[in-house]
Formats: sequence, structure tokens, C-alpha cells
Amino acid sequence: MKKRVLFSLSIICAAINFVAANDSTIATAKKIVADPVNAGLKTPAGFSASVVADNLGRARHIVATEQGGLYVKLERLKEGKGIVYLKDADGDGKMEITKTFANYYGTGIAIKKGYLYASSDQDVFRYKLDDKGDVIDTENPQRIVKGLWDKRQHASKSLALDDAGNIYVNIGAPSNSCQEIDRTKGSKGMSPCPILDSAGGIWQFKVDQADQGYHNGVRYATGLRNVVGLDWNKQENKLYVTMHGRDMLYTLYPDKFDTTVSAELPSETLYAINKGDNAGWPYVYYDHFQQKKIVSPEYGGDGKKTSSENFIDPLVAFPAHMGPNALLFYTGNQFPEKYKQGAFIAFHGSWNRSPLPQEGYYVVFVPFKNGKPSGKWEVFADGFSGTGIVKNPRDAQHRPCGLTQGPDGSLYVSDDVKGTIYKISYPSK
Amino acid sequence: MKFGYSIIIVLITTAFIVPEKKTTAVQSSIKASLERGKTVYLQRCMACHQMDGGGVPRLNPPLDGASKVKGNDKLYLVRVIIKGMTERVELDGEYYDNNMSANPDLTDIQIADVLTYIRNNWSNKASAVTAAEVKAARAKIK
Repeated sequence: MKKRVLFSLSIICAAINFVAANDSTIATAKKIVADPVNAGLKTPAGFSASVVADNLGRARHIVATEQGGLYVKLERLKEGKGIVYLKDADGDGKMEITKTFANYYGTGIAIKKGYLYASSDQDVFRYKLDDKGDVIDTENPQRIVKGLWDKRQHASKSLALDDAGNIYVNIGAPSNSCQEIDRTKGSKGMSPCPILDSAGGIWQFKVDQADQGYHNGVRYATGLRNVVGLDWNKQENKLYVTMHGRDMLYTLYPDKFDTTVSAELPSETLYAINKGDNAGWPYVYYDHFQQKKIVSPEYGGDGKKTSSENFIDPLVAFPAHMGPNALLFYTGNQFPEKYKQGAFIAFHGSWNRSPLPQEGYYVVFVPFKNGKPSGKWEVFADGFSGTGIVKNPRDAQHRPCGLTQGPDGSLYVSDDVKGTIYKISYPSK
Repeated sequence: MKFGYSIIIVLITTAFIVPEKKTTAVQSSIKASLERGKTVYLQRCMACHQMDGGGVPRLNPPLDGASKVKGNDKLYLVRVIIKGMTERVELDGEYYDNNMSANPDLTDIQIADVLTYIRNNWSNKASAVTAAEVKAARAKIK
């Protein structure tokens, strides 16, 4: 009898548990309501933003797994680790740290065909993923590229992958404009610029060969000062990059430029890249007012002289110094039609527009059709800085740095000041 | 160095004891140095170190509050201005990526002025740097 009571009790309990479990699933799914403050961001009508993770450290680039997890690359080690793996295990709309690993800091992180790729400032590693999107062996990645230039300035190695087994690595020039003495008034521009042999471009490597380097990598494109944002456009089967333009026109050439011109030039640029392209750094810079490539003052330029050399033109030229740190072509179905195939760009925010207010600190959208911009760029998500006007970059509470698209078509944005991860969605009605 | 400290002491004492009545020669020469230093700062330093001396996180170190800037090693400061800086060094617990310009063309007076300015602007309070000190330091740097 007692046994029977216990037995039936346990059945009842199990049943209650079962119902409760189901209920709680429903309840948690319902709990994900729109953030009343939209994560502090201003987004277009119909979009909503929320903070899914916070205080991760200096969160640089991010990548979503097919299963909805998120890998975050840190620029400085946090508790000795450089990659954070986030998952929303309980479905409450917030992501929790599942694992931290990698003993190197850096910026680049990407996923392709079952592998996670991540970079330090010299090397590129890859980790095999299982069918849940988890790294199988966090301790023993395969080093596929080693020994790239890390000379402090522009050292971050951003990554993109094509569908043909190649990985593209930015090697930023450790220089402003290839002067004999960097950033120094009166120092001549070196001609030809010797930096371009080892940096100032995009290098192509194989995804599956160990310890590649300069000896067997391909200099895919050159004349790119520092590319932090790059993405492989699957529709066009082509690499696109955003470049950080040069600094200090006034400081180095006060007789040719004033502080306003120096604050507003040169343009930050978006290029479509074909193998062998040369974007012209350090010899030229782009001027979006004149819509021309202008010869750099280090190479005899005066702010007007144009170059006859065969350098590529940008597809889009943005205001100066805003720091395009991530580029993402939107391939999801969640956002409205106009966003499909278009480009999102995370602008880290300027520092060298003083004495003018700083600019950037937002995510921009550029509509695209057939691989070319089909309209003007617009600010998509603003308010990261948390202050009206940014006078000094250290006043910005958050700075957008990385972008990735979740499996449901949501857009994630990382911030490398506080390590906040934002999710921007377009909820169906 | 002692000379520099005594200037500050003189400044402070005069500021408290005889604030209105007379401006000493030392005071006015410091004031002139600070003004000239600001001009150099705007031309050579402001773009990277910013109007507020706050620098740029992870790119250009702050001067405001920086221990090296306020410190007693004037030879180091003169060297950084003349030679620039390309090494990866930790400054007050942080690293900065951008190379520092070299400014060998600045005169001893200009370097003294800009150092006096950055050592006594924003929240910084440190001894003035004299042209004689810069001259002596420059001789050691070569």
C-alpha cells in the first residue's frame, strides 16, 4: 500500500515536473520581451536592440555559430584567456559564458565549414567544431599561419574566408604614411614603400596547411594601410574591405592643410577587391569632396594633385577617421527587403578630428545590389558612446567593433570598451 | 632639477603670500613659457594626445595624470620628444599602439616650453623644464 502511494505520488510528481518544465519553457520564451531602453541604442523603426552579454573584456570581432552560440575574440587576455564562448542555454535571451580558452589576444575570428578560425597579432589558428558548434579541443588548435608582422601599430589580423578553401588575412602597415621616420614632420615618404612587401595589404593562405607564412602566402591585394573590417561576399564571390585612412595631414604638413581639412580628410573607404588590386597607400589618399585620389603630401602632393597610377577607386567613401572596424554583408531573411545583400559597417569612432567633435561610434548600413552600392549610406544603430558629442574617445562608454549575423538573421554588435554584446532584431508582428 | 622645484615653490609661495600685488619675474617667465608651450602643443601633440591631454585609449597614451610626464626623469621626456617612440612599452598599466613622432627640429626652448606646459596643465603639477636642461639632455641623447 505504502509502496503504491509512493509510486503514484512519484508519478504525480513526475507529471507535475513535466508540466512545470513545459510551462517554464513557455514562460522563458515569453520572458524575452523588448528591452524598454532598446539597449541605449537608436535603431530604425521596427527594430529592437538588447544587451545579450556584458563585461566580457575588450571584445573585438565576433562570430555566431549555426546553432546560435557566439565566439568573441578579446584584444587583451581576461583571466589568461583570449576567446569567450557564449550560449543562451536557458533561452532567456541573455547569453552566458560557456567556456573561455586560447592563451593569445587578438582581433580576428571567423567560422567556415566546421572550423573556428582565430588570430593573434602574428599567427592564425583553427579549431574543429562539433555538431553543436562547440570547439572539440580548445587546447590544441592547428596553427595555419605564423610569423606575420607584429610591429605594434595596426597589428590586428582580421580574417575572412571564401568557399574555395582560402583564408584572407589583413596585415596592417605599421606606419601612418610610410615616412622614413613615422609620423614625423619633415620626414620623407619612402619610394617605393618597403613596408608593402610584408604589410599594407591582404594576404591569402590555405585553410588547411600548417605554419604557412610570407614564403608561401599570396599577397592578394596591396596599398591598403590598415583593414580591420573585411568580408567575403558570397553573392559576388568576392572580397570586400574597409580601410582606415591616414592621419595627421595638418600636424605633418601645416603649410598645406589646416586643422579642419585634416579633421575631414582623407575618406575612410570601402573597396571591392580583385586579386592583384592596389588601393594606393601610401602614395595616394581618397578625398570624398573632390571624389578623387589625391597624391599624399609625403610624395609631393598639395591636396589637389591627382595620381595617374592605376589604383582602384573605393565603392563608398565615408567621413574621415571614423574607424571602420567590421564589415558584414547581410544574408539573412529576418530584416526587411532593403537590407538583403546590403553591408553593415561598425565604426569604432574617430580620435583625430580634434579640435572638431569626434565622429563615428555607430553602425552604418549601405544598400547593395549586384555587388555595388545602390543608395546612400545611413546610420543604422547609434548611441553606443552614451554621450551626445564625443570630444575625446575615452568619453565613449561603448565603441562598436565587431559584427556577426545569428542563424535567425539577427545582427550582433560587439563593443571593445566594456565588452558588451548587442543583439539587433526585427521582430515579426 | 632643483632649480625647477624652486620655481614651483616660489610660484606656490608667491601665489599664497603676495597674490595681487606683484608679479615676480619668475612667474611671468613661467607664464610666457606655458603660453609658448601651448602653441607647440597644438601644432605637434594635440592631434594624438587630444585637447584634454587624455590621449586615445590603446593608441596614444594620456599625458594628463601620466606618471612619466609628472616624473623627475626629464632626460626621458626630452628623449621621447626628440626621438619619438616606436617600442611596445607599458605605461601606467596600459599599452599603446601608435608610434610617437620624432621632433628633432624643435629648439631647446620649444621643448622646454612644451614640457613645462604638459607638466603643468590639466591635473598635472610638476616642476618646469628649462632650455638649459633640454640642452644638457639633448647632448646626452646624441
